[in-house]
Formats: sequence, structure tokens, C-alpha cells
Amino acid sequence: MRIIVCVKQVPDTNEVKIDPETGTMIRAGVPSILNPDDKNALEQALLLKDEAGAHVTVLTMGPPQAAETLKECLAMGADDAVLLSDRAFAGSDTWATSNALAAAVRKLGGFDLILTGRQAIDGDTAQVGPQLAERLDIAQITYAQSLEIDADTVRCQRLLEDGYEIVETKTPALITAIKELNRPRYMSIRGIYDAFGENANIKVWGVADLGIDASQVGLKASPTSVNRSFSPPPKPKGKKMLDGTVDEMAGALAAELKRLHVI
Amino acid sequence: MTGDSRTYKDVWVFAEQRGGRLMRVTFELLGKGGELAKSRGSRLCAVLLGKDIGGLSQELFAYGADAVYLADNTLLAQYTTDAYTSVISDLILAYKPEIVLYGATHIGRDLAARVAARIDTGLTADCTGLEIDTDTGLLMQTRPAFGGNLMATIVCRNHRPQMSTVRPGVMDKPARNDRKTGAVIMAEVCLTPDKLRTRVVETVKSDTPPVGLGEAKVIVSGGRGLDGSQGFELLNRLAGKLGGVVGASRAAVDSGWIGKGHQVGQTGTTVRPLVYMACGISGAIQHIVGMQCAGTIIAINKDPEAPIFKVADYGIVGDLYQVIPALIDSCDSAETLLKTRK
Repeated sequence: MRIIVCVKQVPDTNEVKIDPETGTMIRAGVPSILNPDDKNALEQALLLKDEAGAHVTVLTMGPPQAAETLKECLAMGADDAVLLSDRAFAGSDTWATSNALAAAVRKLGGFDLILTGRQAIDGDTAQVGPQLAERLDIAQITYAQSLEIDADTVRCQRLLEDGYEIVETKTPALITAIKELNRPRYMSIRGIYDAFGENANIKVWGVADLGIDASQVGLKASPTSVNRSFSPPPKPKGKKMLDGTVDEMAGALAAELKRLHVI
Repeated sequence: MTGDSRTYKDVWVFAEQRGGRLMRVTFELLGKGGELAKSRGSRLCAVLLGKDIGGLSQELFAYGADAVYLADNTLLAQYTTDAYTSVISDLILAYKPEIVLYGATHIGRDLAARVAARIDTGLTADCTGLEIDTDTGLLMQTRPAFGGNLMATIVCRNHRPQMSTVRPGVMDKPARNDRKTGAVIMAEVCLTPDKLRTRVVETVKSDTPPVGLGEAKVIVSGGRGLDGSQGFELLNRLAGKLGGVVGASRAAVDSGWIGKGHQVGQTGTTVRPLVYMACGISGAIQHIVGMQCAGTIIAINKDPEAPIFKVADYGIVGDLYQVIPALIDSCDSAETLLKTRK
């Protein structure tokens, strides 16, 4: 079986701090990590590899330093990795990103499964998975919290807001993973040694390598663009800190709840 | 699609239904969609797909739709990516709406992304603000990014339609007017079973009833400061007193103290109750973006520097295990007082 796992290197948004003076985000010093949902996607590929044997290729698009994330994936157990890196890709929205990824998948040759995370924590769009599936004209199952394969049949539990549905499809298919899918493994010592050594199995491809027109990728090709970005506006209401003994504060709060007709 | 954007008009709303019931977000979209249609001097239309669901059209009119595009077919009885993408893409290509809105649900996000790729247009995910720019007539689509640390306004200049998924619970549900009517336009459905590559084998509802965060008037939420699942028993008692439901921060859910259905915030539910009580919640931005629209925010936290106090209307610095029992007592005596007055 051939599995391609699409991943993204993202800033750890849990570590983002807000400047208390200006109320703006401090970008500097925020660590880059392998996007959490993508880690679950990779783990699932590695589980399938452990069970029945599979060749697992990790694919990402990003700046040269995204290779660090690919090394982490290799150290977890992926067989090889491809980094799409070219200035021409810069500013791609999800439509343009899916074009580049689809071209790379085609260049990689055949596959049975594409696994990726539901969404990346920096953009939170959850769009690239379905759009890649559309470009490749294959079935998609998003929000997968379980995955089983029997010959060419893929069966997933797809999480819904009020439960889940069991969905079946045939390979080739694209599945997006959520954190309920599994518990990602750690990198192995041997894996780290190989992946972070000089002969790490990472190919770097640019637009020319993909054989696509530069008009299909990047900022200019993207239907959507950021008009402006700003810090979330502070809440315009005044705050009142209650003081006194515990009973006095509780009493004042109860009076307020009564005024609001809650009690 | 690119081309002359002037040939595109009307605002469409994907009227998501499950099991013959319209999702609440559909009404919220109709409310916002109606405002956008008014600014553009165009119509508000709903797109309704399913099997034997034509009766829902009247409900869509009552919440503001001027017309309903109705696709009624056995192969649409359950949501599948392929069937819904095909029908909606064909409708968009045939009727050329200027704007299409979808609820950012697990179905809406699965569908809208696929439609956008098929018809080659832009899509902005999980919007919390939508308005028409008065100069350009463009749809200004505002959404949180970087886990809510940053807001971005996105535009789709040269491709049509302009499409957004909209976060449930953010837009107001409009008033219902049962006397309003509209046109039903039957959509042609060209589907065959072999075009549907996925099959829904079974739908399983979760055992626990939905928490109802989206509808609640009062939410009592707990976070890391509860120090364990026992804290939620206390919050349950208070919520019971206030006629509310219990919410939680991601930290509390991730610690396994309470189910994911209770989670409020960027990765949970966005809520706008009349009263929101944050107990032992420090106020990470991921949480704040999900509850800052509440009418009155009350925060109880040991740490006077906790960011939650910045958005609170009333703050109490103290041990919630002392404050909340005292508050329950005060509520009891307030109730007694009210009863004796009556």
C-alpha cells in the first residue's frame, strides 16, 4: 500500500503571547511545530504500515525551514518526504495550495490513501484536504475518528456535532484526521539519528519540478486575499471587581443575578 | 469562476438540514444573508437539499428567504460529499449567485471546500463577521486566525461567487414571520448511485443529550482552576439554580474532567448567553473568542492577573470552592426572599 501524508509546519498558537500594552500578537519566539491533526494523520499511516506494510511519503509545502518538520515525520517512521518550496508558492490560499499539492501527488505516482489533518491551527480552514481530493477527483472522508481498511474498502467513523456516522468508500481516497483518531508515537532514537543526519530522505521541489504553470499557485493565483488583519477588539464594557468577604462578594453577585432576572 | 462579476447576483444560503430538521445556523445565515442582500439590492435565496423536505421551504421563507432552490431526491436523503457537491455546483453554475454562505458545521465545511474547488472560486472559512464594502460592493469576510490571536478580513476580488462558511452561534437568528412567502424553484438533479463514492452505513447519535450551549441563557463554565472533575459537580448545582448549563474550557476537557460537548471556545462552541460565568478559567484567547459576546460576563479566579478579568463585567478574586457555595446560599436566600414578597 502507498500512503501519502500531507502535513504543515505551524506556529504553536498555544504559545502565542499578546503584548499587554498594544493588545497585538507577539510573533517572535513562537516555536514551530508539526500541526497536531497532521500528526494524527501520520500516526494512522504508520499504524497501517505496522499492520500490513505500507510505503509512507510525507508531503508539505512551506519555506525551507519546513524541512525540520519533515525530519520529525521521518524520525517517527515515514519512509521519505517531499518539500514543496519555491518563492512562487508564497501567498497561496487553500485553492492554490491544493493545486500545488495535487501536482506533487501526481508526480509521486500512484497511491492508495492520502491522509492529512482536518485543519491546521494557524489558519483553521479545514479546506485544503477536500480541495486536494477534488483536484485528484477522489472520495473524501473528513473528521475521521476511526479508520479501518479491508482490501480496497475504507471505513471511518466521521465525527458530527451530535454523534458520528460510519462512512465507507473505496481506495483511492483522502481522509482527514482529528485528534480522537489515535495517539501519535514519539520519534525513535534510530529515526532521529537517520532523519536529522546528512542523508535525510527529503526531496525539495519547486514549481518547475511540478510541471505546472506558475499562474496556478501563489498569491496572484489565489482567489482570496487578506484585505487587512488586526487584533481582536477589546470588549467595550467596563468591569467591576467585587470585594469584601466571600459572603459579601457572593451576596453582591446574587443581587446582580437577580437584577438580570436569572434568579 | 472568473469573468464579469456583474452577471452574478443574489445571496444564497445553504439550508442545512439533518433528519428533516433545519440546523439553527441556517436561520442565523438567513438573518445575515438578508442584510447582505439588502445592501446589494438583490434577493435572498435558500438552497435546500434532501428527500421529502419540501415542507421546510415555508420555514425558510418565514426567516427571510425570498426564494428556495429545492432539490428533492432519494440520493440526497443523507449528506454525502459527492451528491451535495454535484447538485450545488450545478445550481451555482446555472443561476450565478454573487454570494453563497454555508454554516461552518462538519457538513458545511466538508461541502463548501469541495464546491469551491470544483467551480474554482474562493472560500473563506469560519467567518465571524460579514459586510458589504460600500465602495467596491465586495463581501468583507472577517475571521479569527492564529487560534483567535488575530482577526483577518478576507476578500475574493475576481472570482464569483464569493463564498464563506460562517461560525454557528455568531450571527443573530432573525424574527420569524409566518406570513412571508416566496418562490420554490425545483432543481434538476442529475445523480446516479455510481457517482456517489462514499456510503453512509450508519448514523449514531451520541448517548448524552446535546448540552445546549448554543441556546442557553446562562452558562456556568469551569477550567483548570477546578482542579478535577469534582468541581463540575459544584458547577452543576449552581447551573441548576440559575437555570443554565455547564460549559468548560479546553484545559478542563483535555484533562478528561468533562465531555467535549461542553467545550466553549475557538475549537469548541461559540456561545452568547445572557450570563456567562467563568470559574477557574484563566482566559486564554481561544476561550475568549468563544464567549466574549455574552451579555454579562462574571469571572471567578484566584489569580488577580488572569486575562479573563479583562473581558469580565464582574470579577471576584478568590477561591471558587468558597465563592460558589456562598453564591448558591445567596441564591437560595434571594429565592426565599422573592417568594415571601410574592
